[in-house]
Amino acid sequence: MKRFLIPLGIFIVLVGFLGIGLNLNPREVPSPLIGKPAPDFKLPLLSDPARQLSPEDLRGKVWLFNVWASWCASCRQEHDLLLELSRQGSVPIYGMDYKDQPGDAQTVLARYGNPYVETVVDIDGRAGINFGVYGVPETYLIDKGGIIRYKHTGPLTQEILDRKILPLVKELQS
Amino acid sequence: MKMDMKRVQQAGLIIFALLLPHAAIAGEAVPVAEDPVLEQRMISLSEDLRCLVCQNESLAGSHADLAQDLRQEIRDQMRSGKSDEQVVDYLTQRYGDFVLYKPPLKPLTWLLWFGPFVLLFGTAGGFYFYLKRRGTRLASESLSAEEKKRVEELLGNNGNES
Amino acid sequence: MIPELGHFSLILALLLALVQGVLPLAGAARNNPAWMAVARPAARAQFLFVAIAFAALAYSFLIGDFSVVNVTRNSHSRLPEIYRFTATWGSHEGSMLLWTFILALWTVSVTLFSRHLPDDMVARVVGVMGLVSFGFLLFMLATSNPFLRMPMAMDGSDLNPLLQDPGMVVHPPILYMGYVGFSVAFAFAIAALLSGKLDASWARWSRPWTTAAWAFLTIGIMMGSWWAYYELGWGGWWFWDPVENASLMPWLVGTALIHSLAVTEKRGSFKAWTVFLAIGAFSLSLLGTFLVRSGVLSSVHSFATDPTRGLFILIFLASVIGSSLFLFAMRASKVGLGGRFALVSRESFLMVNNILLLTATGAVLLGTLYPLFLDALGLGKISVGPPYFNSVFVPLVTPLIFLAGIGPLARWKQVNVPELAHRLKWGFGASVVVALLLPLAQGDWQPMVALGCLLSLWLAVTAAIGVRARLRSGAGWSANFYGMHLAHLGVAVMVIGVTMVSNYQTERNMRMAVGETVTVKEYTFRFDGVTDVTGPNYTGSRGTLEVSENGKPFTTLHPEKRIYVASGMPFTESDIDYGFTRDLYVALGERLDDGAWSVRLFHKPFVVWIWIGAVLMALGGFMAITDRRYRISRKKEGAKA
Repeated sequence: MKRFLIPLGIFIVLVGFLGIGLNLNPREVPSPLIGKPAPDFKLPLLSDPARQLSPEDLRGKVWLFNVWASWCASCRQEHDLLLELSRQGSVPIYGMDYKDQPGDAQTVLARYGNPYVETVVDIDGRAGINFGVYGVPETYLIDKGGIIRYKHTGPLTQEILDRKILPLVKELQS
Repeated sequence: MKMDMKRVQQAGLIIFALLLPHAAIAGEAVPVAEDPVLEQRMISLSEDLRCLVCQNESLAGSHADLAQDLRQEIRDQMRSGKSDEQVVDYLTQRYGDFVLYKPPLKPLTWLLWFGPFVLLFGTAGGFYFYLKRRGTRLASESLSAEEKKRVEELLGNNGNES
Repeated sequence: MIPELGHFSLILALLLALVQGVLPLAGAARNNPAWMAVARPAARAQFLFVAIAFAALAYSFLIGDFSVVNVTRNSHSRLPEIYRFTATWGSHEGSMLLWTFILALWTVSVTLFSRHLPDDMVARVVGVMGLVSFGFLLFMLATSNPFLRMPMAMDGSDLNPLLQDPGMVVHPPILYMGYVGFSVAFAFAIAALLSGKLDASWARWSRPWTTAAWAFLTIGIMMGSWWAYYELGWGGWWFWDPVENASLMPWLVGTALIHSLAVTEKRGSFKAWTVFLAIGAFSLSLLGTFLVRSGVLSSVHSFATDPTRGLFILIFLASVIGSSLFLFAMRASKVGLGGRFALVSRESFLMVNNILLLTATGAVLLGTLYPLFLDALGLGKISVGPPYFNSVFVPLVTPLIFLAGIGPLARWKQVNVPELAHRLKWGFGASVVVALLLPLAQGDWQPMVALGCLLSLWLAVTAAIGVRARLRSGAGWSANFYGMHLAHLGVAVMVIGVTMVSNYQTERNMRMAVGETVTVKEYTFRFDGVTDVTGPNYTGSRGTLEVSENGKPFTTLHPEKRIYVASGMPFTESDIDYGFTRDLYVALGERLDDGAWSVRLFHKPFVVWIWIGAVLMALGGFMAITDRRYRISRKKEGAKA
């Protein structure tokens, strides 16, 4: 009798997993870089290609690193949110213009406003690969010691800012 | 003159005809890759890697931009003398085990790798013992006193009837 | 008007399915003949209304009624007529309607070919199928109505270009014939559990239905594999994608079921096990539907995902399978043991066959769902792909194929081992020797090739021994016997195809300017440039490659690169010269800087054998169905009447 119940038991466990699975996103890939130092780069600035910026220069600061591009439609979705965030001034936002023509990127910033303290230009996408970028926009939160603390793939939402990013920023800044 | 003209035409045709096969075998095409051996190595490695953007395609088969960049990255790293393991390490450090179509063997994947074989030997063992028990049950059933009695009764009845 | 008619028909079909599901089952339980008699007419009426709904949807697609959401999303005014028709099942909603239509078709077939069955059996089988149909109709009407109207009409966004292919005319219907066909075996199993009458005649009744569904599924999977081969542009024929796995799992369990049914019918053993497999095959069909529709797994061809739909199917799946397994647990222990057999007998060979097939299914299920398990437990994300499946599958299938050679020659009840060994020793020796030598003919000896050849030869040789013995014994025609050997021969043919193409394929990725040539084996390809083409709903470039064989002109291939107008997506249309011993496969890459093109060329030895093998397997199945003994009881009844 009991052994005939085994299939039912296995099936119930399976249904449980499938039920949880309905609320998971199989397309999202978590970054293994969380808790690890942000990959180094030395890239020219969008505002002034003669100058370069590296994560080293931002040691001692908690900062958001936002990967975007002028060709990326969903980056427009989060643009207003980023502008609002930079106006509040709670955390500096640095941008990385990923696989893009600097001219196009400047046009976008001129038209929609510039939320970034600075934007670095990653024309060939090498620095992006180092960060494990796979779908723009992506946003990284980096602490004073240069460690990546959080990553969000896809456009930011108010909910994610309020529930995840801003509390973490406050914690890391103190 | 006319004759000459024809001759020139004929000569032209002959020259053209002579040129034609040359045009046809203008030359052997060359592989797209500059270094076919390295390319082969890159492809066979990236066939076992998953493209992140397109999800269910291998890095080798995908046309996505990121896949092309990653293939280029693999090519460059191989050219600079890195081993396959080093390239794979580089990718997993950035994208996690998600990029590997062949999950590494570690405690979390023990069930995945050994599960089927545990299942095989488990069911095979289970059935072996089941069959043994079944055999003895069948044997005892056929020999049980009650059965015997009933058989005798039936036989007795049949005998009476006939 | 027509879409509303379709919608209305679906609602009527839903009500009829409810009647068909409830009354006959209740009638069978209470022994009420009037209620039981409802089964046949209700099922036929339900079929009629589902068919009307299906025709209404097909009509909306054919005339391009862009006021229907489903048509707008999956068709286009410039889509060729044939693809407008196939677009009927190109969408999620349409394919669910096809699912239900085919379920109704199977149910009607059961009502037609069941005159020799007891009334309560028919009532229960038809009733169970009615309940399943009710679930799907409710699902459609509640979450995926194919007849939903648009607020305003506009031109459609086109059918996915990958689906704009003649293969899509037959592939989905045939695949579903297989998937859904297992519902008959399932219904028979549930009916048997409900009635408590699990005997050999039950197995004989459900056997032809199971074999038919299995044969359809075989063809369906084969067509999907072939489609992927020529359509996806890089010549692969199996990708272990979740969608493919979803169709492979019911096939594997269905294969086990066919073999186990043979034991139950002939020897009365394995009854509980056979019932379990019948439930399992259909459960995996339902699970496959869930995996494809819910978006819990990412796959190249999963449909648009929607959590409500996923939740609905999950609840449906849980209630159908859960209650069946519960019923199984309640009743299976009371099933008798059946005939006695020794440890070495045909029964135990078939048992090992079942264990191997079930383990293979378990491996596919585990590999497909493992990423989900880890993710659900918050343990990170991994991918399980072809390297895993290949390395787990091969060691399970190898002994399976080896046994498929011995099994048919083994006696029921007890095998005389020395005698069997004697019959097989020459065949085995010859297979080994030839298998070791054959790869040398290709000039490149590889152990996997030798193994593949051995398995294939072994199957062929043992089949020959079996057939010869039957002919000598003077036994007459048996569709069942020859069908089985034909199917096993199909496996042998497929193994050759898989082995050869996996080990001896040649691939070249070339930069070709006009007039340049590439030589692959005995074939020389000359690139004669590219011309522009304009199709009904795409524009593109069409390349010309002259192929010569050993210097003699042989054929011309025209691979294309297309851009579909509505979606703007580029697609590769490869061109293939099919051959019995090799395919030549050409796909156009990109235009390179200097006007040359990148071209991918493949020489694929014996690749068509994979699909020929599958067709032989299915033919073997269809042949077995014609066996006389499945019709005997009906004739008897006809004689009586």
